[in-house]
Amino acid sequence: MKDFQFHRPKTIKDAIALVQASEGAKFLAGGQSFLPVLKLELAEPSDVVSLGAIGELRDVRVDGDKLLVGALVTHDEVSRSPEIAKAIPGLAALAAGIGDAQVRNRGTLGGSVAHADPSADYPAALLGLGAAVITDRRSIAADDFFTGLFATALEHGELVTSVAFPIPKRSAYVKFAHRASKYALVGVFVAETAHGVRVAVTGAANQVFRVAAFEAALAKHMAPAALDGITVPHAELNGDAEASAEYRAHLIGVMARRAVEALR
Amino acid sequence: MATITLKVNTQVRTIECAPTTLLVEALREHLRLTGTHVGCDTSQCGACTVHVNGKSVKACTMLAAEAEGAEITTIEGLAQGGTLHPMQAAFQEHHGLQCGYCTPGMIMSATDLCRRSPDPSEHEVRHWLEGNLCRCTGYHNIVKAVRAGAAGMRGGK
Amino acid sequence: MTAEGIGAPVKRKEDRRFLLGKGNYTDDITLPNQTYAVFVRSMYAHAKITGLELDAARAAPGVVDILTGADVAADGLGGLPCGWLIKNKDGSNMIEPPHPALAQGKVRHVGDPVVMVIATSKAAARAAASLVEVSYDPLPAIGLLADAIKPGAPVVHDEAPDNTCYDWHIGDPALTEAAFKSAAHVVAIDLTNNRVAPNAMEPRAAIGDYSAANDNYTLYTTSQNPHLIRLLMAAFTLHVPEHKIRVVAPDVGGGFGSKIFHYAEELLVAWASRRVGRPVKWTSDRSEAFQSDAHGRDHISHAELALDASGKFLGLRVKTLANLGAYLSTFASSVPTYLYATLLSGPYDFPAIYAEVRSVFTNTVAVDAYRGAGRPEASYLLERLVDKAARQLGMDRIELRRKNLIRADQFPYQTQVALQYDIGDYHATLDLALEKNDYKHYEQRKAESAKRGKLRGFGISTYIEACGIAPSAVAGALGARAGLYEAGTIRVHPTGSVTVFTGTHSHGQGHETTFAQLVSEKLGVPIANVDVVHGDTDRISFGMGTYGSRSAAVGGSAIMKALDKIVDKGKKIAAHLLEASVGDIEFKDGNFRVVGTDRVKAFGEIAFTAYVPHNYPIETVEPGLEEQAYYDPKNFTYPGGTHLVEVEIDPDTGVCDVVDVTIADDVGVVINPMIVDGQAHGGLAQGIGQALFEEVRYDADGQLTNGSFMDYCMPRAADLPNFKVGNHVTACTHNPIGVKGVGETGAIGVPPAVINAVIDALHPLGVTDISMPATPEKIWRAIQAAQTKTKGA
Repeated sequence: MKDFQFHRPKTIKDAIALVQASEGAKFLAGGQSFLPVLKLELAEPSDVVSLGAIGELRDVRVDGDKLLVGALVTHDEVSRSPEIAKAIPGLAALAAGIGDAQVRNRGTLGGSVAHADPSADYPAALLGLGAAVITDRRSIAADDFFTGLFATALEHGELVTSVAFPIPKRSAYVKFAHRASKYALVGVFVAETAHGVRVAVTGAANQVFRVAAFEAALAKHMAPAALDGITVPHAELNGDAEASAEYRAHLIGVMARRAVEALR
Repeated sequence: MATITLKVNTQVRTIECAPTTLLVEALREHLRLTGTHVGCDTSQCGACTVHVNGKSVKACTMLAAEAEGAEITTIEGLAQGGTLHPMQAAFQEHHGLQCGYCTPGMIMSATDLCRRSPDPSEHEVRHWLEGNLCRCTGYHNIVKAVRAGAAGMRGGK
Repeated sequence: MTAEGIGAPVKRKEDRRFLLGKGNYTDDITLPNQTYAVFVRSMYAHAKITGLELDAARAAPGVVDILTGADVAADGLGGLPCGWLIKNKDGSNMIEPPHPALAQGKVRHVGDPVVMVIATSKAAARAAASLVEVSYDPLPAIGLLADAIKPGAPVVHDEAPDNTCYDWHIGDPALTEAAFKSAAHVVAIDLTNNRVAPNAMEPRAAIGDYSAANDNYTLYTTSQNPHLIRLLMAAFTLHVPEHKIRVVAPDVGGGFGSKIFHYAEELLVAWASRRVGRPVKWTSDRSEAFQSDAHGRDHISHAELALDASGKFLGLRVKTLANLGAYLSTFASSVPTYLYATLLSGPYDFPAIYAEVRSVFTNTVAVDAYRGAGRPEASYLLERLVDKAARQLGMDRIELRRKNLIRADQFPYQTQVALQYDIGDYHATLDLALEKNDYKHYEQRKAESAKRGKLRGFGISTYIEACGIAPSAVAGALGARAGLYEAGTIRVHPTGSVTVFTGTHSHGQGHETTFAQLVSEKLGVPIANVDVVHGDTDRISFGMGTYGSRSAAVGGSAIMKALDKIVDKGKKIAAHLLEASVGDIEFKDGNFRVVGTDRVKAFGEIAFTAYVPHNYPIETVEPGLEEQAYYDPKNFTYPGGTHLVEVEIDPDTGVCDVVDVTIADDVGVVINPMIVDGQAHGGLAQGIGQALFEEVRYDADGQLTNGSFMDYCMPRAADLPNFKVGNHVTACTHNPIGVKGVGETGAIGVPPAVINAVIDALHPLGVTDISMPATPEKIWRAIQAAQTKTKGA
């Protein structure tokens, strides 16, 4: 790991000021993605600004038709929150399947969202539910938030403070995990929302994406059979030794059907 | 250099280390608590699992500086006065260890499970242990040991 | 038997320190004034080194020294040797290219060490290593085994222009040819045995500690055989006599073969410690381990089986291409030859066998013994072939095996490939496994799976292995460059407690318990009063270490022999005390007794008398009670059995779940059933790993593409079922315990059972072949291809 200055501010304001003060500064939340990156020296920040001492950003609450989850809420907390289980059980189930127990104990919603790993699970929920990423300065629709491989609409020094998930009628997430890393080779989030059916896919391409053809078919008939004959073209999907693009394309269909079956 | 004060196995300890120091390095190299092991460099194997404020965490995937003020329990902190913790005793009873290298992480992970789920099913144990790799036992006896250890913990031993 | 003797499932003595976090692994050791080594390794599979720029690294904070291949050459360090000479078909010797500890002008695989950076902390050493600039002139490389023998292939070593280390054969070609001519059926198969990484959970580590005061070297290392390392360092690499070298292998976190070999880093830390005058420690990262630990398997084979009209085996013909990697590792040459082809008769009665093995160099890290070493490759080949034959002939696969298994009354059985099996009962283990599996209800289970949309498959493998390597004279005649006996010392202390010194090494196998059980069995001493010492060349006089499931069969036998000597001496002392003749003394249940009387001396009294010899036969018997024995085995041991696997395949995704594993092994006399079952479990997990999960992948250019736990899949708890393990004992006829060995059975027997089960599940769809590892995508593609074919037809 390359040397850096470490900061552990107590307030959001201080944290943001510290990151804004240096171009090479980075926020550190749970660190379950960021620490491996640092260890492999894939990133060499000048300053690491820990959010660990900040008391805020840890709330979960329902506000009207929205579920608000603080950025520092861990995956484990999401998976066990009675409010989330009631409001969006598909989100709770997704969180329960992230990484492994130790990762869920440290990893946070905000960290995962800001890191935007193309194989992470949360981006599928954000896009699938049409969530909004709330930062210290604005609200960004999930459709606009994920912009590429490990890339988001966040500006330098902009901090994710919470995510607002519209509470759907029903939702579910089913993933096909990489057998070594446990990241999603393909993860599909299906939601029946007030604004229609949304289907989001993670793991299969350079960034999370929606499948319009699936959404249209499911809007007509919310059943696994509605997806019969509809395929996702594999040309733009990732392929590697664990799963070729063709196989991933096939798995998107299978996982989507299973998610439809699992809707609740 | 950073100065970190934390509680390890109920004792308050202060460490001077570089900000890049991982928690596992602080434990092994600064505090000489070598029961916590390192088996990989990509946060997969779980040999370094310790409890941070009561929850199982991979000590290789956390900066020591992040543990400021935290309560850490390592494998060395489980047994009380020379008496094995029920989970440790169950691992011996059911031959849940062979080379012993993954064992501390397995036990720290298992005790976190049983704190949440006092009588875990076999399925629950096998899935909970996804963050811990063992190359010796084929997990058969580890699963048996964890369920027996859960019973021991329920018994309040 | 005593309550803690042979057959007792006593709890392990060694567990306590591991459970308390008080194990003492190499990386746990910190010596005063210790420095840290980091290696700069090649990122190229094959390249000329055209320049080294070290100034920036030398100037980096904390750097103590930087050593290169030139320093290694200047100091005359020897290359890493190969311990087994294989002869070509024409009688000439195999080619042994040099294997320098640090690269000499050329690198030959990704991970080949080039520069050693030594600094006052690991972080400083790492930082300095990143400042080392090595200039390379990349050369064409061979990443894939099959490419090594293609015309015009790049050449890994000038000494081997066609990349061939040796072209070897075994068996009788004429007899085999005749058998095939007379055959009613010939069944052929082409197979790849996938390359795997042993991945013991503890990465390798080594600390060199040179003492200028007495010119002694101490090496702490993660080794399965410290005496062997000392021998190789003394004779070949460090060129320092053995009495000046101490090798300590403390607690070792698993080996599975990968910690047998003498690695460059062991030599280099010892040497560097003398150069810098401080201890030098190196601990491998996991990613580094993937590039520097020896891998296992990696064969491509073509095999043919000749059968008569009734299904009786007439002959077997095998042609195998084996990957040795870029350099010959310590036992690499023996694995695809004497540990593989000699096992090609399996548990079957074969009148004729002929096997040819060509082993080649590639630009990959070395390939050497991994759990099973050669025997899994043989068993996989045979068991896939037998299943294919059953299908081709329309015979039941179990009945075809039953028909050809060597019968219990045929032992000792001389195979056509050198080995003579002393004993076994393969029909008994087959029947036991089928019974434990409840095979007669299998079709019900299959129907139940089908209801859930799953394809269920049943797979079988009947296998044998050869363990307890080996009679030294036989091994020597076959090219081994070391003896393969074992040493054991029993030190009875004056108060009757016992210390056992063994030349084997325990890195998970539980020797501290099983060997104490042998003492308890023989002397009646409670195991609490017995300590077993291993892993230190200064404490144990000699030994060859632990591999090939040899520790109980060879090491245990040495201990038994030494215990016999203790009893013999005890009888002499007892005879004196009881005023009887030695011939009238019997030793039983911990007491020396004048036969047929109640005149008795307890073992403890005799021990005390031996050290306080006031009333003692001092003219004929020396004081003290300590005996040593060397045991050289008379034959290999031959564990075997039947492994049954049931899988369920999800046809939509290709995911294959192992839902039942039932085995019946004959590992000879069982010393500790708890430990023996545990060994079987571990072997099964690794065998299932090879069949479904694991594969080291190099691309054609020799780049390692899955060298971390992020990419290299190993089974986790949720990937495996519980295992049903049965034992049927036929006692080994030629060692004093009757034990055969259990460390490798699972890894040898189960991979073909898994794949046979997968093919069985998919066969109704038209799938006839699938390679290891049978990943979900591979299975899905096989289903797709079969369906396309069906539709097309």
